[in-house]
Amino acid sequence: MEIDRPLPSPITPETKPFWDGLREQKLLLPKCKACGHVFFYPRAVCPRCSARDIGWIQASGRGTLHAFEIAYQVFNKAWKIKPPYVLAMVELAEGPRMMSNLVNVEPDPKAIKCDMPVQVVFAKLTDEITLPLFEPAQ
Amino acid sequence: MTATADMKALRSSACVVGVDESDEIGNLPGKSQLTLHLEAVTNAVRDAGLKVSDVDGIFTAGQHSPALLGEALGITPRYVDGTTVGGCSFIIMVGHAVAALHHGLCDVAVISHGESGRSGVGVSPRRDTSLTGQFEAPFGFGGAPTLFGMITTRHMHEYGTTLEHWAQVAVSTRQWAMLNPKALRREPITVADVLGSRPVVYPFNLLNICLVTDAGGAVVLTRADRAKDCAKKPVYVRGVGEGTEHVMVTQMKDLTFSEATRLAGEKAFRMAGVGQNDFDHIMLYDAFTSGPPIMLESLGIAKRGEGVHFFAEGRSTPGGRLPINTNGGGLSYTHSGMYGIFPIIEATRQLRGECGQRQVPSVNLSLVNGMGGMLSAAGTLVLSTERGR
Repeated sequence: MEIDRPLPSPITPETKPFWDGLREQKLLLPKCKACGHVFFYPRAVCPRCSARDIGWIQASGRGTLHAFEIAYQVFNKAWKIKPPYVLAMVELAEGPRMMSNLVNVEPDPKAIKCDMPVQVVFAKLTDEITLPLFEPAQ
Repeated sequence: MTATADMKALRSSACVVGVDESDEIGNLPGKSQLTLHLEAVTNAVRDAGLKVSDVDGIFTAGQHSPALLGEALGITPRYVDGTTVGGCSFIIMVGHAVAALHHGLCDVAVISHGESGRSGVGVSPRRDTSLTGQFEAPFGFGGAPTLFGMITTRHMHEYGTTLEHWAQVAVSTRQWAMLNPKALRREPITVADVLGSRPVVYPFNLLNICLVTDAGGAVVLTRADRAKDCAKKPVYVRGVGEGTEHVMVTQMKDLTFSEATRLAGEKAFRMAGVGQNDFDHIMLYDAFTSGPPIMLESLGIAKRGEGVHFFAEGRSTPGGRLPINTNGGGLSYTHSGMYGIFPIIEATRQLRGECGQRQVPSVNLSLVNGMGGMLSAAGTLVLSTERGR
């Protein structure tokens, strides 16, 4: 299948477990072993308590649509999906926010509301890369 | 001595003595961005009644380092600053220059901007960082409109602001641009025109988004005791403030409020000894129509959710009670990419009374506030014709 969007790049050692998890359809988030803070994006130090001891948890895949946009044009040369498409900022049930796409929804501001519940769908792009996309929760 | 007391010692210790753009601004396929820098610096130094050889402090952000500017200008600076935290870097550098001048680290500071944002002449290709490349680009994000829109839809959700409200910001700003011969877009527009312009990324249509131009600009500062010998009426830097909160917009604590702006504003107002409602002229970095209202809210000038009302007819508009973005802004005058030098230039010209048709009567106290990135960094200036007590 033709790859219709930019692949995540460059993946760094700190973020590799996140991408490895997605390959197994698991949404993993970094969690500070010292203070319990769950955060995203992955990094070497806890942004709440500065501890270096960071582990991973599997997220529920549920959250809310914190904010959104509807793209009417393409903003990246490697993007092959025809507009309009929905750009999403998701606030996960575990706390952190991440950027994604809202799929399986009409790309219309009347159909999309901030704080609507969403759930993860895993989109396999290559044998290496699966992306976490989100759809309206059932 | 507290940090606040230190800042107060810097109040009005230095002045803006020279400002100018590059020879031309707009669509300039015949000029590299280095040329835009060099034109702006030589023009601003001339405006100050100084010579390029007088410059011994170079401040610049973007692709060219202060060392390169020194080399190209044929000077060996005693002091350099390359702080690059987005388009407000030049505003932040005014504070850095004031501190350096006050302590004798340099005597004549030049802050320079040159960017071939439209034509891309002499520009290195941009690349995603590791973070944007992994966590934004795969979902179709690319460029500021796809990020600042998030801040905007969240604000609409929390405060009930509307597309019409944002459109009025573009209309007010265009009214000023119509009075500025250097502005790129000078034809009148209405709220309906903004709402009917080409959709780019909801909630933004084309007229909600700044221009993309080629332009340079520069600002010259020196200590207040030397400023009297310069060509023009000195403009005192009464207060300066800076702050940063985040880079990735997902990391912003509250999408509808800029913590960086709050920090920068509070520091600048305290140093200047002014209240947030004392200004008679305001310049706000307007990359998007939703930026200036949120800045007014973050600075404490407007209540949360009410910044848009400052842009109504008779308020921010020509002849209004509180003129905002009197050069026509990034929305209608020019926006090369890192816009922050231009609001400083306009505030200085308004304080000097050089603005012709768009001159605001008796400007005494001007506020400059700019953002870097997506309200990620902020710089605030309090500028005045008077030293203050």
